[in-house]
Amino acid sequence: MNIIALIKQTPDTAKLSRTLNGLQLMADGQPRIVNPWDEYTLETALRLKEKHGGKKVTALCLGNPESIEALRTAIAMGADEAILINDAALANADSLGTARALAAAIKKIGAYDIIVGGRSAIDGNMGATAVQVATLLGVPMLSYVAALNAVNGGAKSISVVRAMEYGRETVTSTLPCVMTVVKEIAEPRYPNFMGIRKASKAVIPTWKLADLGLSAADVAAKVTWAVDLPPTRDTNVEMIQGSPAEQAKALVDKLMAAKII
Amino acid sequence: MMSLGPTLELTPEHLMIRDAARDFAQNEIAPIAAHYDEIGEFPMETIKKMSAMGFMGLEIPEAYGGAGMDGLSYVLALEEVSKADASHGTIMSVNNSLYCGGIYKYGSELLKQKFLQPVASGQKIAAYSLTEPSSGSDASRMKSRAVKRSDGSYVINGRKSWVTSGPVADFVLLFTMTAPERGHNGITAFLVEADQPGFVRGKVEPKMGIRASATSELVFEDYVCPAEHRLGEEGEGFKIAMTMLDAGRIGIATQALGIAEAAYEAAVGYLTEREAFGKKLGEFQGLQFQVADMKTRIEAARLLIYNAVLAKAKAQQSGARYTLEASMAKLYASETAMECAHRALQMHGGIGYSKELPVERYFRDAKITEIYEGTSEIQRMVIARNVLGLR
Repeated sequence: MNIIALIKQTPDTAKLSRTLNGLQLMADGQPRIVNPWDEYTLETALRLKEKHGGKKVTALCLGNPESIEALRTAIAMGADEAILINDAALANADSLGTARALAAAIKKIGAYDIIVGGRSAIDGNMGATAVQVATLLGVPMLSYVAALNAVNGGAKSISVVRAMEYGRETVTSTLPCVMTVVKEIAEPRYPNFMGIRKASKAVIPTWKLADLGLSAADVAAKVTWAVDLPPTRDTNVEMIQGSPAEQAKALVDKLMAAKII
Repeated sequence: MMSLGPTLELTPEHLMIRDAARDFAQNEIAPIAAHYDEIGEFPMETIKKMSAMGFMGLEIPEAYGGAGMDGLSYVLALEEVSKADASHGTIMSVNNSLYCGGIYKYGSELLKQKFLQPVASGQKIAAYSLTEPSSGSDASRMKSRAVKRSDGSYVINGRKSWVTSGPVADFVLLFTMTAPERGHNGITAFLVEADQPGFVRGKVEPKMGIRASATSELVFEDYVCPAEHRLGEEGEGFKIAMTMLDAGRIGIATQALGIAEAAYEAAVGYLTEREAFGKKLGEFQGLQFQVADMKTRIEAARLLIYNAVLAKAKAQQSGARYTLEASMAKLYASETAMECAHRALQMHGGIGYSKELPVERYFRDAKITEIYEGTSEIQRMVIARNVLGLR
């Protein structure tokens, strides 16, 4: 059973004041980390290997050349191999363009049984890419997975629990499939020092669009958007005078008149 | 191998190790430090987690259960741990430099398999025991004895004190006297097991600082040690103890650096937030001068530590000692820790004296670094004897 972990490197939003320019995330020159949701991605992929009969975990990342650091973290945590997809034409790709490149890379990797992703990336927060990858590959999509019930590589089946707003859903699917995980799935491990030694020596290949048989037109953004702050609301402050009892009565009267209570 | 170039630039591997250690220390150790300081118990849960990451035998080759990293990686990781909590730093330092390093350097294959592998891989906790109630720096006056029997085994009797991790250690690297008439040349090193008859854990020391690093006496009552558990030859104990202290002193220097850093960062945070007399504290020149001195001393201490690490790496090739470099780093870094903790507490005023903040803990923890593994006075003696050629 081969597992592919989709990971992304994102700005460190814990240092938000330095990463926000108005409403836009500043990508350049800011501290970057493995997308925190993808720490769960990696933990899930590693557990699929260690506890559910997986054979190999490949970490796959689309991003700028610095994203190689996120892939080294993946190897330090225990991934067997890592591949970076980097191409200038992908710099402004939307989630569909990103998904096309990822799907092409997954086909190039070849044998796969489970593709794991995080519920979203903390920079764009769309949660769309993994779903689009599943669609492009023509395999089932299991989103918001909170627990693995049973995984059977031989029978090509998987049973998972999905965390939904209204409760829990137990879903059984055939393999291969794509799943996204939420943080209830498992606590991510820390990379150990032996893993770091391996990671620092690992040769991580970079695939360009041409390596994936894609052109810039194939991944060109179809969606553009702008963001605005919600309009500020006008507020008035009225100080109520009097003794505490009088203030309370006046306040209640006003709230009732305004039909708030 | 060492990759310290003339620029002292850390390699990507070193940076990854430092970042992983920092991440772990800040997320797992820092939040529990005050609690374990309060109750004074050994933080077994975090130590087990550290073991799984490879903190406990960092420089020992993977074949013997370690992480197989270099001396610079060790100090980078230890600094981060100590910055979060000096007690965890003590436990890590003793396990690595005083215990694992000693067996790796002097131990037979049998000793490495039995006593090194389980400790470097973190399954067992280890201790180093040289001090006795009536002998500290002057080890030649120790009263404990190991008497050789006709079958080659030794019977050990006596009382050891101030044993770091004594209340929980599975194995102890023990120094005791086999030939009292020969003074420090009569000291021999043994590896002893806590689950054997005659091994008794004594009273736990109620300490001022590093309270989570449990420290106790150990009492030996007719403890029988097989000949093959002797480390080195008879009479080589003092040399082994001192050689290990060279490495140990780099560890304590690094622990001190971590405490100094923590105190300094607390001070900088407070100076940039707290206001008095209508100004930020950091705008007062008297405090600016102090914070400048703190920062400068910290960086000087760090460079002395890196210098000692470099000397240790060279010594591993040449077989020479690096006592001078290790002692200078230990002396300067520990006095820097005390100075920075003192300054940081004073800058905080009343709140610095409160257990609401960790600053008072840094102050209590810093003090031990000027005392154990050779007091500041001993370091000055060692340094002076080295430079004056008086050994």
